[in-house]
Amino acid sequence: MNAIPQAIEAAPLLRVDGLTKWYGHVAGCRDVSFELRRGEVLGVVGESGSGKTTLLNCISGRLPPSSGTVEFDTSRFGLTDIYGLNEPDRRRMQREEWGFVHQNPRDGLRMRVSGGANVAEPLMNLGNRHYGKMRSATVEWLQRVELDTRRIDDKPRNFSGGMQQRIQVARNLIHGPRLVFMDEPTGGLDVSVQARLLDLLRELVRDLGLAVIIVTHDMAVARLMADRLIVMKDGFVVETGLTDQVLDDPQHAYSQLLVSSVLQI
Amino acid sequence: MNARPNEPERYYNYAYLDEQTKRMIRRSILKALAIPGYQVPFGSREMPVPYGWGTGGIQLTAAIIGPDDVYKCIDQGADDTTNAVSIRRFFAQVADVAVTEDTGEATIIQTRHRIPEQPLKAGQVLVFQVPQPEPLRGLEARETETRAMHAYEEYGLQYVSLYESVATYGRIASTVGYPTMVDERYLMSPSPIPKFDNPKMGDNEAILLFGAGREKRIYAVPPHTTVRSLDFEDYPFETQTWDENCALCGAQDSYLDEVVLDDTGARMFVCSDSHFCADRRAAGHVGPMADHQLAALETEPT
Repeated sequence: MNAIPQAIEAAPLLRVDGLTKWYGHVAGCRDVSFELRRGEVLGVVGESGSGKTTLLNCISGRLPPSSGTVEFDTSRFGLTDIYGLNEPDRRRMQREEWGFVHQNPRDGLRMRVSGGANVAEPLMNLGNRHYGKMRSATVEWLQRVELDTRRIDDKPRNFSGGMQQRIQVARNLIHGPRLVFMDEPTGGLDVSVQARLLDLLRELVRDLGLAVIIVTHDMAVARLMADRLIVMKDGFVVETGLTDQVLDDPQHAYSQLLVSSVLQI
Repeated sequence: MNARPNEPERYYNYAYLDEQTKRMIRRSILKALAIPGYQVPFGSREMPVPYGWGTGGIQLTAAIIGPDDVYKCIDQGADDTTNAVSIRRFFAQVADVAVTEDTGEATIIQTRHRIPEQPLKAGQVLVFQVPQPEPLRGLEARETETRAMHAYEEYGLQYVSLYESVATYGRIASTVGYPTMVDERYLMSPSPIPKFDNPKMGDNEAILLFGAGREKRIYAVPPHTTVRSLDFEDYPFETQTWDENCALCGAQDSYLDEVVLDDTGARMFVCSDSHFCADRRAAGHVGPMADHQLAALETEPT
């Protein structure tokens, strides 16, 4: 990290400015602006229907916003508005530099091909044509996400929900992305599996120095994973700040409600 | 050819399809030839056979055939199978063309499943009947997405199927419809021909036309175009091989069909290309079971 000059370090990886998405006359998200730097984990929290997923879809290039810009520091064009790129370039950037972990692994995996092929697919998309090398990379990544490597050729449907989610994580990290989007990555899992997956994610993110935008309605996930938080309500960002700051000393009435609503045992 | 008294009527709606339809198909063929491997949509018509029996190939043939053509039709390499015989009769009737079983003599060869063993030459057209023109369909169900993949040359996904095959069988085990790159640009499914025939498509002197009636797509490989079968660096493309030679003609380098002879396990291997096999036998080549009754069946009286 010392080798990186301060100026580059300070340059944002992702800059979102005045992002608004209307569904007809209903607002998905309104006037959202923030910056994300390398290695930073940003949590987006809020209740159902507050615009978290709309925001994530807009900034991950999957849903063009009604107004506002999303700029990403691409390796080929520098800091560029992603919706200003032409479609092949945008798709290539999404393929090469991003990952997207869906809430439901079925949305993020190809259910008809084996877990190993799912993990290796990003490598093939990047032009890797050597089976042996891809195979060993896949085995290595299955180990990293703590899956039994003997099950490499099993179909995703034969894995449990938590294992499918691990496959999805491996698939989204194997090609060395710089930014990973996660939409409720632990949403459908039971609590003990959630905890293990979170632990694993936290470790991987730290080791790889990834920038992550993680959408969640679970305060515990936010507390564990995120460096910074964005609290959303009715499409607006109502509060931002360091995770501990927001969760320990919420300023906005809604954030206070959110934090106080967490069940204690 | 002697002019007949009904000459003008004979050319009105010649070869089953009406003139406007043939014009539309010809335009699609020209576009397909201009962009090798690109799937050109066309307005596929109802044909007098069900989808899957060669409606795409029949429409292509109907659009390009003329009274001076010599027509050959094969199914699984053989001239004497039901489907091939009826399609051949169909064109003999509606297009009034000469038909043949001789690969060298034919100007239009309609085929499913095989490319004839005898090398094709300039001036010949090979028409394929294609069930599923989209090689990526098995992995990606969305047409919008596969179109984008073709447009932006994103073909990594096709390798997933090869990866699956190597992971499961230890080699690239798919034997038919083996995906190919045409002119290093478009990924193409070579209809359900065995991968044994894939190398014959590259740098071929004849025109290769592919028609999918149900899926409403036409694509083409013009003469002398590179066609590369996909593979991995450490698992190169290979064609099928057999330990046996053809039991009737003794050919060592042709595509062989296994024929079960009885219920005690006796079997023989014979050339799938019936004309190729018959030609060799006529030239005096003899296989180990040359006097088998199948040999008599294959020389159909004309």
